[in-house]
Amino acid sequence: MTTATTERQQSGNPLIRVDDVTFGYGGAPVLESVSIDVEPGSFLGLVGPNGSGKSTLLDLMLGLRRPDEGTVSLFGEPAHEFDAGERIGYVAQDATKAARDMPITVREVVEMGRYPRRLFGRFSAADRQAIEDALEQVGITDLASRRVGRLSGGQRQRVFIARALASEADLLALDEPTVGVDAESREEFYGLIHDLNATGLTVILIEHDIGVVTTHATDVACLNRQLFFDGDPEEFVETDALSQAYGKDQHILQHDHK
Amino acid sequence: MFILRRLGEGVPLDNVIATPLFAVNVLAPIEWFLNYVFGPGMNVLADLLGMPMLEYPYMQRAYLAALCIALIGPVVGTFLVHREMAMISDTLAHTAFAGVAVGLFLNSAFSLTLSPLLTAFVVAIVTALLVELLVEHAGAYSDTSLAIVLTGGFAVGSILITATDGGIAVGIDAYLFGSLATVSTESVGILVLMSVLVGSLVTLAYRPLLYVTFDATAARAARLNVRLYKRLMVVLTALVVVSAMQIMGVILVAAMLVVPVAAAAQVAESFKQSILLAILAAEFAAIAGVMLSYVYGIAAGGSIVVAAIAVYAVALSSRKLGYRLSIAQRFSDRQSKHHRKELEVDGGKRE
Repeated sequence: MTTATTERQQSGNPLIRVDDVTFGYGGAPVLESVSIDVEPGSFLGLVGPNGSGKSTLLDLMLGLRRPDEGTVSLFGEPAHEFDAGERIGYVAQDATKAARDMPITVREVVEMGRYPRRLFGRFSAADRQAIEDALEQVGITDLASRRVGRLSGGQRQRVFIARALASEADLLALDEPTVGVDAESREEFYGLIHDLNATGLTVILIEHDIGVVTTHATDVACLNRQLFFDGDPEEFVETDALSQAYGKDQHILQHDHK
Repeated sequence: MFILRRLGEGVPLDNVIATPLFAVNVLAPIEWFLNYVFGPGMNVLADLLGMPMLEYPYMQRAYLAALCIALIGPVVGTFLVHREMAMISDTLAHTAFAGVAVGLFLNSAFSLTLSPLLTAFVVAIVTALLVELLVEHAGAYSDTSLAIVLTGGFAVGSILITATDGGIAVGIDAYLFGSLATVSTESVGILVLMSVLVGSLVTLAYRPLLYVTFDATAARAARLNVRLYKRLMVVLTALVVVSAMQIMGVILVAAMLVVPVAAAAQVAESFKQSILLAILAAEFAAIAGVMLSYVYGIAAGGSIVVAAIAVYAVALSSRKLGYRLSIAQRFSDRQSKHHRKELEVDGGKRE
């Protein structure tokens, strides 16, 4: 917790500031009094049991939902009013489902990264260059004209990263991106994300695998309705926040069923 | 049939019954196109192919109408099918039937002269937007709610028809199963206009429509107006379904938005290619279906759909075959590569 606090004091302008947010879908709150900052250039790993509100928190951070209480700011603006879509690269949990069945090429998907900048009209030379660069950066140039559905799971994930890179995003949000990807490709994938983060891209990652998070993330937030930990990965391993978050789940369930 | 033929042969425009839906000045270019461009073109084709049926004006109208349907059906259908919303086209077609019934009922009850097609457009578009609003609330398309709207629309239609005085049931068959004989210049005019309208809207909004179809969540994060484009998509569907309804029939019209698209998805690599192939598949089915319908005196809508399904079957089996071939190819490639390596070694020595 101390690391986060000092960071907050150091830089006045976090990329995302979640301030005392409560949110629920109708009935019981999914998130309760959550406050968290994401600093520019950081790599935040969000961990917690199933149904702990991780994806909801990410939606709130990106302004896709509005909090019931509290405020969320994104790039210094209220998150829901923020409209520079090209600064956000988002790979949703179910993103690759459509990609499996739909006839669409790698290049067509990566081009979508330019859509927020150019929704109508012809692509400029800069647009096309950004697309080529993105393809090359994640190493899928030779796959550009292949149908996305006929790629391996690991290759497909790179396509979505390339889409975010093509839009020259400042923030990359990934919601369990490696579900169904083999171990070796996963290692490579997180290596790529690590490298991209090192070049200054801010990353938020929701991931089941705690090991991945503690290896690559610069910050860890452990969540289960409430925030149990927010800070340095090394500190996180030493605390009992994880077992508390997972254990609390049981407790809540029992409590609710009374 | 005699009247229909006369219309096509260019009766002075004053004699054409001006419909409330489209004023004569809108129909005039269509008349001109049929009489001086499409008609003569088809006559030449009739001579070339030795098929006199292509010379009859009512067949020429039927062909032009079918060609238009085979264009706009797959263009809109490609987006629908890949959003897994194929059922909505069927639902809207059935509520459009209620729209036709509303028109006929109002005409008979209040002695109005509304075009039933106009009321069908209104009812289908309103239903499309209502369904979309429901989905925005519920978060997902549900089979159950679509089934309720579909059967509900059809039920209201059947009630209104039986509640209407006079023998309007005669015209209902044509709406249910479609008919080539009832393709008036007006119907063709509507289809040509819709082709231009739907074609240009999809061309203009191609990128947002594609993004929303492929990955709506990311499109929202990228600050696209996802709701607007989803609504546009269902309204386009309503337009296509209603304008194609007279030829394809309420029950079969959805097939033109689904079957060619499914065929194209088997073989296409890119999305653009899939749209193009779906149009080609639909055009082939339309031409073959209309021809079969004429030659054997069978239902046009049904013939077109069966032809489209045949194309789908071919696409499906060709992909399966192609897959097997590619495995065989890879195997023989590996062998020949091995062979080449040996050759290169030899060649290197010789040089």
